[in-house]
Amino acid sequence: MNPLAACLLVSALLFAVGLAGALTRRSAILVLAGIELMLNAANLNFIAFWRFGTHPEALTGILFVIFAIAVAAAEAAVGLALILAIYRHARTSDVSEITEMKG
Amino acid sequence: MTLRRLVHCALALTVAFAGLATLYLNLGAEFAGLAQLLVYVGAIAILIVFAILLTRGGDDKAEPSFSPGGPAGVILAAAVFAVLAWAVAASGIAHPAAIPAAPPEPIRAIGLALMQRYVLPLEVIALMLTAAMIGAVILALREKRPQPEQTHGSAP
Repeated sequence: MNPLAACLLVSALLFAVGLAGALTRRSAILVLAGIELMLNAANLNFIAFWRFGTHPEALTGILFVIFAIAVAAAEAAVGLALILAIYRHARTSDVSEITEMKG
Repeated sequence: MTLRRLVHCALALTVAFAGLATLYLNLGAEFAGLAQLLVYVGAIAILIVFAILLTRGGDDKAEPSFSPGGPAGVILAAAVFAVLAWAVAASGIAHPAAIPAAPPEPIRAIGLALMQRYVLPLEVIALMLTAAMIGAVILALREKRPQPEQTHGSAP
């Protein structure tokens, strides 16, 4: 199999696992972890297309991945701070028990 | 993602991030691989472990595991994977094509590109990281104690 296709399949599997985790888990921390996995799948796609693309000397994929990693770090920090604030308020990190804004 | 205990999930997530970093290194992206290793394994995994530690306030009830809509989520994720795999297979890139040689990826070129062509995104990302850090600190700060007459249920 072409290594590009193999990378894309690994990335698709990672995305599916992250999506399943974000959709099925009840802990808010693990929902955030699933989102991180999906971001990593996108990064793997960038790296794979950079490596096997037509212009690997342009470094565009690498730079995009670096910026995406920085954005993901900021997102994780803010998300975990939000989880801590919600936990302090509601005494739980279970996303199905936080129903105060339910209409 | 199927483990029941949160800490095991966090450790498995760390292993997955480390495996991704080795995959990046295998693909020739040394800088991105090392950045992944530093940021994810070094920082985000620690953050997640600390969040697990802080959000488990000694309650003995079972940890929240799966939501009631779990099977639907799994089915949806499997469908997404099937669609993506079909797209990869149908796009024609699975055919054996000429694999280009490993491109050189000097760190110097990355640094020059960051400082010349991508200097504006670099500044924007620096500003955004600073704002996110300040926001996270403000969010995680313990809010001011409410006045005693406003607290409900606490004896004076």
